[in-house]
Amino acid sequence: MSAIVAEHEHDHHEHGPAKGLLRWVITTNHKDIGTLYLVFALAMFFVGGSMAMIIRAELFEPGMQFVNPQFFNSMTTMHALVMVFGAVMPAFVGLANWMIPMMIGAPDMALPRMNNMSFWMLVAGVLLLASTLFMEGGAPASGWTLYPPLVLQTGTALPFAIFSVHLLGISSIMGAINIIATIFNMRAPAMTLMKMPLFVWTWLITAFLLIAIMPVFAGAVTMLLTDRFFNTSFFDAAGGGDPVLYQHIFWFFGHPEVYVMILPTFGVASTIIPVFARKRLFGYSSMVYATASIAFLSFIVWAHHMFTVGMPIAGELYFMYATMLIAIPTGVKVFNWTATMWKGSMTFETPMLFSIAFVVLFTMGGFTGLMMSVAPADFQYHDTYFIVAHFHYTLVPASVFILMAAGYYWLPKWTGNMYDERIGQLHFWLSTISVNILFFPQHFLGLAGMPRRIPDYAVQFADWNMISSIGGFIFGASQLLFLYIVIDTIKGGTGIKATDEVWEDAHKHGLEWTLPSPPPYHTFTTPPAVVPTEHEHI
Amino acid sequence: MSTNDTYYIPHKATWPVIGTGGLVMTLAGFANYLNGSAIGSTLMVLGLVIFIIMLTGWFTLQAGESESGMYSTQVGISYRMGMMWFIFSEIMFFGVFFGTLWYTRNLSVPWLGGAGTGAATNELLWPSFNATWPTNGPGKVGGDFEPMGAWGLPFLNTLILLSSGVTVTWAHHGLLAKNRAQLIKGLIATVVLGFSFVSFQAYEYHEAYTEMGLTLGSGIYGSTFFMLTGFHGFHVCVGAIILSVVLFRSWKGHFKPENHFAFEAAAWYWHFVDVVWLGLFIFVYLM
Repeated sequence: MSAIVAEHEHDHHEHGPAKGLLRWVITTNHKDIGTLYLVFALAMFFVGGSMAMIIRAELFEPGMQFVNPQFFNSMTTMHALVMVFGAVMPAFVGLANWMIPMMIGAPDMALPRMNNMSFWMLVAGVLLLASTLFMEGGAPASGWTLYPPLVLQTGTALPFAIFSVHLLGISSIMGAINIIATIFNMRAPAMTLMKMPLFVWTWLITAFLLIAIMPVFAGAVTMLLTDRFFNTSFFDAAGGGDPVLYQHIFWFFGHPEVYVMILPTFGVASTIIPVFARKRLFGYSSMVYATASIAFLSFIVWAHHMFTVGMPIAGELYFMYATMLIAIPTGVKVFNWTATMWKGSMTFETPMLFSIAFVVLFTMGGFTGLMMSVAPADFQYHDTYFIVAHFHYTLVPASVFILMAAGYYWLPKWTGNMYDERIGQLHFWLSTISVNILFFPQHFLGLAGMPRRIPDYAVQFADWNMISSIGGFIFGASQLLFLYIVIDTIKGGTGIKATDEVWEDAHKHGLEWTLPSPPPYHTFTTPPAVVPTEHEHI
Repeated sequence: MSTNDTYYIPHKATWPVIGTGGLVMTLAGFANYLNGSAIGSTLMVLGLVIFIIMLTGWFTLQAGESESGMYSTQVGISYRMGMMWFIFSEIMFFGVFFGTLWYTRNLSVPWLGGAGTGAATNELLWPSFNATWPTNGPGKVGGDFEPMGAWGLPFLNTLILLSSGVTVTWAHHGLLAKNRAQLIKGLIATVVLGFSFVSFQAYEYHEAYTEMGLTLGSGIYGSTFFMLTGFHGFHVCVGAIILSVVLFRSWKGHFKPENHFAFEAAAWYWHFVDVVWLGLFIFVYLM
């Protein structure tokens, strides 16, 4: 035992990163791990995006163009899984790793070794998932929900996909435990809970959601595995099981899961908007309570994804009304963002532009959600492009836009260099215009009856599909600008060095702006004595 | 600039990536095995070996650091929070299977028998199906079987697990009172009780498969029975192994009344496994 101790005492005197590529494999530093997550997420964003391009290319015209129906369905499935588990979630975990310790005045994450493991579990899970693309019978083609009995017809890929879900679950749970322990245990003494930046609050609540739901998804796919390979009858009516049971379990996971992607989005928006409005965040505590309410409600609304499955009428009614309740705390948030900007001395740098677009376009996605919560109306929308339009509005011009905003907002802090504002704004306008050309027509297609997850369609849907595809190609191409800006900024950007606070008076809003740009490898080894707050009453 | 006087931040961890490699190899091997590929089981065993080496190495490292006093109270709190939320995730995992049992028994099986309105499955597909529990469904999947009673081995196992909860607490009192003999005796008793539970359950499974016709394939009853008790049995094994490690460390002289996180974590885990069993005994065996 003594040898081990000695080795680690030796370690204590090394404060820089390890040399070479190995640094990134064995690092326990929250900034390194945050960078790993963000780079991985950006790479997966382009992988998942390429799949979306294949989908839009196939749907450009009616008839079969480029791919066979099986592969098309694999693409919709894999696009969703890669974007959800490979891009959006890891990107927010990356932001959490980078920012939470710096925002709460902590030296690092609470459990640094586990932090390293949760990143590599993520990589392992996504690699296992990606490997199914090259297997006999193709990648899973059942949609990301993996509903039985359809998913049980998957070829060789099925157990690999299931185990990849297990690995992704382990990764998320470890990441979430780390975030909770960090926030509860590592705050600077002055950083009371109600002084924490909203980003930290939203991640605390998100982490709780993750720990509660990832085991549920793991359980559901485990039953798929045993139904296929070990003769169980969980989802087989002949043996007394019920395929609808899977849908209940899946959506008990799935509904909080979509909030895992939106709550940190809210947090970043609440962090950025006050800085560029040069005001405090309006209604800080109501933001905290609204976030908690949304998280609570997310656990009791799952069957609104299943209105047409044949539930008892009491179930339809309950899930309809419960779902409508979500509009209230969400409305509080939209109101608060708007009120924060009200009479502010606003400037419109790229992070702010993306944040404003988020407020407007997310609200649109929210409203279509409200439409679908009406059970009888949902019978028309269910499984159509209207649904696709709805959740893409809440994910692309909401989560993805805010991730872009976060990139522009914090890149100068991370790299010490300013990005090129002109190209940033070009990226913003191209993205915002094209994302609406891409997704807005899908509302019309859905209302007219075009089903999801079908590679061909009736000629009446041709025009809007072509417009949507054109929007999709422009949106996809525009994102290369973001890649360019990220690389350019890391390499030195415009040549303008970022100041410590980067944005005017940002130090009044967050501790990270009191640190140098870029921050040293270890920060806040002694906790800061004074902390800023958005709270009006303190 | 030393971080270690306030909070211990380890640098350069190699075990996490080794463990990940081992785990992904195990799972890829298992998937290959399920698909009937020849290399599957080899890959799986190799992965498991790597995973076990990782567990041994990582925990040895942690134990050494803990004993050399590198962990402050604050670090200890992080570990406790980590364990607490891990157990919470486990509760949610078991919740899925309890939920499955509840849903099928109270909703979907009665619907198959014609209960409720608007469900035509009974009339059209299986008009002769009479919904009762236990059942292997209208297709009589897996053939005739005898359900597992509560008052033989399962009841004995309940007594065993409950007693082991007492012995582990007794050991904890010994640790707090610096009575090492009591600590070690209590842990030995707990580990012995834990492994006896597992042995009795193995015997019970053997009976089910050979005498009662009850298998994992016996429709929804067999599926829920073996899934719930199987995952629980696996957790008892893991818990007993953890307690064995704690026993070994106690025998080596580790743990102090004010610093014994590993013991606490093991005890929490053991109590969690205990409570899950009570749920199983009531909902799977008794009702």
